[in-house]
Amino acid sequence: MSANIAEMERRRDAAKMGGGQKRIDAQHAKGKLTARERLDILLDEGSFEELDTYVEHDCVDFGMQDQKIPGDGVVTGSGTINGRLVYVFSQDFTVFGGSLSKRHAEKICKVMDTAMKVGAPVIGLNDSGGARIQEGVASLGGYAEVFQRNVLASGVVPQISLIMGPCAGGAVYSPAMTDFIFMVEDSSYMFVTGPDVVKTVTNEVVTQEELGGAKTHTTKTSVADNSFENDIETLLATRDFFDYLPLSNREDVPERPTSDAWDREEPSLDTLIPDNANQPYDMHEVIRKTLDEGDFFEVQPGHAANIICGFGRVEGRTVGVVANQPMVLAGVLDINSSKKAARFVRFCDAFEIPILTFVDVPGFLPGTSQEHNGIIKHGAKLLFAYAEATVPKITVITRKAYGGAYDVMASKHLRGDLNYAWPTAEIAVMGAKGAVEIIFRQDRDDPDKIAEKTKEYEDRFANPFVAAQRGYIDEVIYPHSTRRRIALGLRKLRTKQLENPWKKHDNIPL
Amino acid sequence: MFTKILIANRGEIACRVIKTAQRMGIATVAVYSDADARAPFVRMADEAVHIGPAQASESYLVADKIIAACKQTGAEAVHPGYGFLSERASFVEALAKENIAFIGPPAEAIAAMGDKIESKKIAREAGVNVVPGFVGEIRDTDHAVEISNDIGYPVMMKASAGGGGKGMRLAYSEKDVREGFEATKREGLNSFGDDRVFIEKFIEDPRHIEIQILGDTHGNVIYLNERECSIQRRHQKVVEEAPSPFVTPKMRKAMGEQCVALSKAVGYHSAGTVELIVSGADKTGESFYFLEMNTRLQVEHPVTEAITGVDLVEQMIRVAAGEKLAMMQDDVGIDGWAIENRVYAEDPYRGFLPSTGRLVRYQPPVEPWTDDGEANGRRGQHGVRVDDGVFEGGEVSMFYDPMIAKLVTWGKTRDEAADLQIAALDAFRIEGLGHNVDFLSAIMQHERFRSGELTTGFIAEEYPEGFTGAPASPQLTKVLAAVAGVIATADADRARRVEGQLSDDLYAPGDWTVRIGEREEGSTSHEVRLEENALTVDGEQVTIEMQYTPGEAMVDVALYANDASEDAAPVESYTLQLKPTRTGYAITTRGATHHLRILQTRVAHLAAHMIEKTPPDLSKMLICPMPGLLVKLHVGEGEEVQPGQPLATVEAMKMENILRAEKQATVSKINAEEGESLAVDAVILELE
Repeated sequence: MSANIAEMERRRDAAKMGGGQKRIDAQHAKGKLTARERLDILLDEGSFEELDTYVEHDCVDFGMQDQKIPGDGVVTGSGTINGRLVYVFSQDFTVFGGSLSKRHAEKICKVMDTAMKVGAPVIGLNDSGGARIQEGVASLGGYAEVFQRNVLASGVVPQISLIMGPCAGGAVYSPAMTDFIFMVEDSSYMFVTGPDVVKTVTNEVVTQEELGGAKTHTTKTSVADNSFENDIETLLATRDFFDYLPLSNREDVPERPTSDAWDREEPSLDTLIPDNANQPYDMHEVIRKTLDEGDFFEVQPGHAANIICGFGRVEGRTVGVVANQPMVLAGVLDINSSKKAARFVRFCDAFEIPILTFVDVPGFLPGTSQEHNGIIKHGAKLLFAYAEATVPKITVITRKAYGGAYDVMASKHLRGDLNYAWPTAEIAVMGAKGAVEIIFRQDRDDPDKIAEKTKEYEDRFANPFVAAQRGYIDEVIYPHSTRRRIALGLRKLRTKQLENPWKKHDNIPL
Repeated sequence: MFTKILIANRGEIACRVIKTAQRMGIATVAVYSDADARAPFVRMADEAVHIGPAQASESYLVADKIIAACKQTGAEAVHPGYGFLSERASFVEALAKENIAFIGPPAEAIAAMGDKIESKKIAREAGVNVVPGFVGEIRDTDHAVEISNDIGYPVMMKASAGGGGKGMRLAYSEKDVREGFEATKREGLNSFGDDRVFIEKFIEDPRHIEIQILGDTHGNVIYLNERECSIQRRHQKVVEEAPSPFVTPKMRKAMGEQCVALSKAVGYHSAGTVELIVSGADKTGESFYFLEMNTRLQVEHPVTEAITGVDLVEQMIRVAAGEKLAMMQDDVGIDGWAIENRVYAEDPYRGFLPSTGRLVRYQPPVEPWTDDGEANGRRGQHGVRVDDGVFEGGEVSMFYDPMIAKLVTWGKTRDEAADLQIAALDAFRIEGLGHNVDFLSAIMQHERFRSGELTTGFIAEEYPEGFTGAPASPQLTKVLAAVAGVIATADADRARRVEGQLSDDLYAPGDWTVRIGEREEGSTSHEVRLEENALTVDGEQVTIEMQYTPGEAMVDVALYANDASEDAAPVESYTLQLKPTRTGYAITTRGATHHLRILQTRVAHLAAHMIEKTPPDLSKMLICPMPGLLVKLHVGEGEEVQPGQPLATVEAMKMENILRAEKQATVSKINAEEGESLAVDAVILELE
């Protein structure tokens, strides 16, 4: 008996060493942690339970039959984050460069299948050179098996991808189909084809970092939702992020205790909106002063900053926040901000996370660049996402809500549950100046008349009461009471029941 | 007595005057510009009159508008505060014509003291010391030596037309004068085309000490001791105290009597201040000289109020109403010590760059002072008084003085008052704009400040390279580490009380590795352990008491001796301001913000593998100093720039700020486009 146990221990110890001390040292020298070290940080101490420790590949080509390492380049299993169950896989770059073999893929599929069965999130730690070329098509098949599960899991359990090393070629499409991607700055990159191929095909010279580093993907492409300085920061941030998410679409949002009073008043919000309608202010202040403890986890902060998306809590329960940011491009809706917010709204809706929308939007961004790149289709995404969402939706208009953008931003007409306006709100087809120039086209050369009519238009429409008279605004509220109103609203909406008509699936304008 | 007065000022001083007037049962009228429509002083007054746009030149400085407001509201008198119209003789005369009383000195005294040369003459005639010097024509070197010997060394030889340190020579002896006189003349001629030279006494270790004067219209004038305001930055007072650590009773009497004589000579009444320059090198205290007289209430008047119990604003109102002073010189004493710190909207970490904007958070350490009429009431609550005119959510605008608040403390001793300052500054929460709270705290802790060895060069001498935060003592470091452990455990414990757990036997970790310092280099690392009832830092027991709930932004911590008995007083008490960061907290206390990385010890072991990113070399970048709009880029990529050359123009708060090159360089990369909105610290362009 003891010999058997000794054998198990020997094999376990061997498996834990992955690709051996030399490769571990090389990984460390790059400022990267090993697959298991990463899981130690991500998960509660001692909670990781490994599966398939002894899995090896079955490749017999190119001498691979002589190179077998238990685990085959990926560490899989489950553990807890602050006590809540999560399934994980962590690619081991020290073993065949983390390359994906058929067996490697099967291990990933196994944890994903289990996660789906029990209703627990999946976090994938990606650090892989790509397909196990020696295996050929078996490896490609492996990727596709993972892809299929990503898709089936989408909207059922939250999926988070951490890019902690290379992620190239077909490998990028698994993270791309998960809900959130976090990258490690300077040591991770994602691209479909690398700099060498790019050079051959298009003659462009580009570095890995420029082509697909964290900065590129968090600012330009929006492929990644955030990036962090190193492995440790990324893993700790992921723990914080995980705490906001429900375990599955069958579970309610998590609640954790807070001492922040639900009816805390913020008198300073009464003076947030500047006297001059064209002067910006920071919407983050409204968000932070409304949420519990000022705690807000923003997603895609570096991309399309004219809209703010992220998670916070009210009375300890997770909410998704979408807000126009007057500090950037006056908070206008454009292609990028519409896409960013649409995807966020759909995630919240899929997982029953109530959505708070703060509106100060002057409209859609005009211009050939926007029109020719399809603002119609992309703007429709956000409209579609809000319209189909059945979760509790509370909207606060702080200042401008102009034109079609008013409709889009979780308006009453899109089944907004509670639509509040601050007294500074202006709900109108457009700004007074533009409106008057159209209505009084014939007087365009008479500046006095235009000024007079502009004043008249402002007096008539630059307030929330015209909309409130029609019931488009449920109540005009004191800015200082925003948190109290929202907290009460969310309480009352906890039992909200609303279902869309049965359909196979909808046809969002992609 | 008046039934209604108007305050021709704004901000904290308007609030200050209104409070006392209200206690005296006098109705108050505020006047305000567009920029102040939401300001507290406007709400505080019984009536408010709008007097025009934000620019002071079109509102607070327009005498006609103030007079019109008086007539409109029926105000019988005007308190001018400080600044604006307070020292304008013509304003006093204009009021007199309308039969409106001026709560301040007579116009003649304002005029006489308003002229630099005239006032010196009057002072000399009244028997006040003035800096000895010779203004006439100096014939030759021998004559210069003769004059210098008369004045007494050291003397300063200055080219008459000179300025900014040019054409100035210091002489400690006759030999120095003989060697330097001709050279000074030549320099004057070469640099300014004027070879006239004047010689005056050089004041060594100069200190700024001033005497508070109070007089009535019946010929009585008394002095209410001195204030020392040596801690200045570019002639702007930062710290004031009363009494002065340099002044002896004998010196006080000598100074006070001279200043009273001067006041009487110009027929002064109301409150006024005679500013003196004092040589700290002359320990006899006899080297004090007249600088100028401020014919108004001073910003720093509360320190005098705190030690004398006299309400200067009340006295000014009574004097203006024709009352006789109720006190004599012998009634004026000194009780304890008071210090005032001026909290400014300027960023000491960025070369004291003025900062304007929204007070996203504003929580002074105590509620703003209320005037309950008690003599000790002017010492605030438990010796802490805050005079301010702002509120959370309000704006510090670019149009007026950047002072946010005055923090005044009173203690039995100077040390006590300074310690109260340190504690109060720790609890002063200001967010949204740059402020000098850390800097003030650093001064209060500074050994030289505590020794009382002040000169007007204090700030320039002690912070020649600028300010980078007050250094942490070993004790503070220990407390920070201990607090980090407690907070991290509490946060982790709360995080573990989330719903939906697999099992409920999860305990918060108690082993932490705390790194204090933003970067590996220059930081210290501490092992903090929390067990049942014991807290250790690097193996040494630490006894602290604190109440912390996750999410709190401020926490009080008391450090005790480990063997302290139940009722022992703490060794030290701290207030810490907390700001969560990705891997820990930024903790602000005692004049600095400390960045703490707090990792579970098991995680910290792995942190050793992380490669620290070298921070970008900021000297090679043009950083946007404030959030704003990039209006113009003055240079293109590849262009060579010279020091002082404009690089970019950023518009913030409707004001254009031109950002210039600090040294010769080549523009290597441009990261922003004209018309782009920039965040603070955004890199506009890179230089090589």
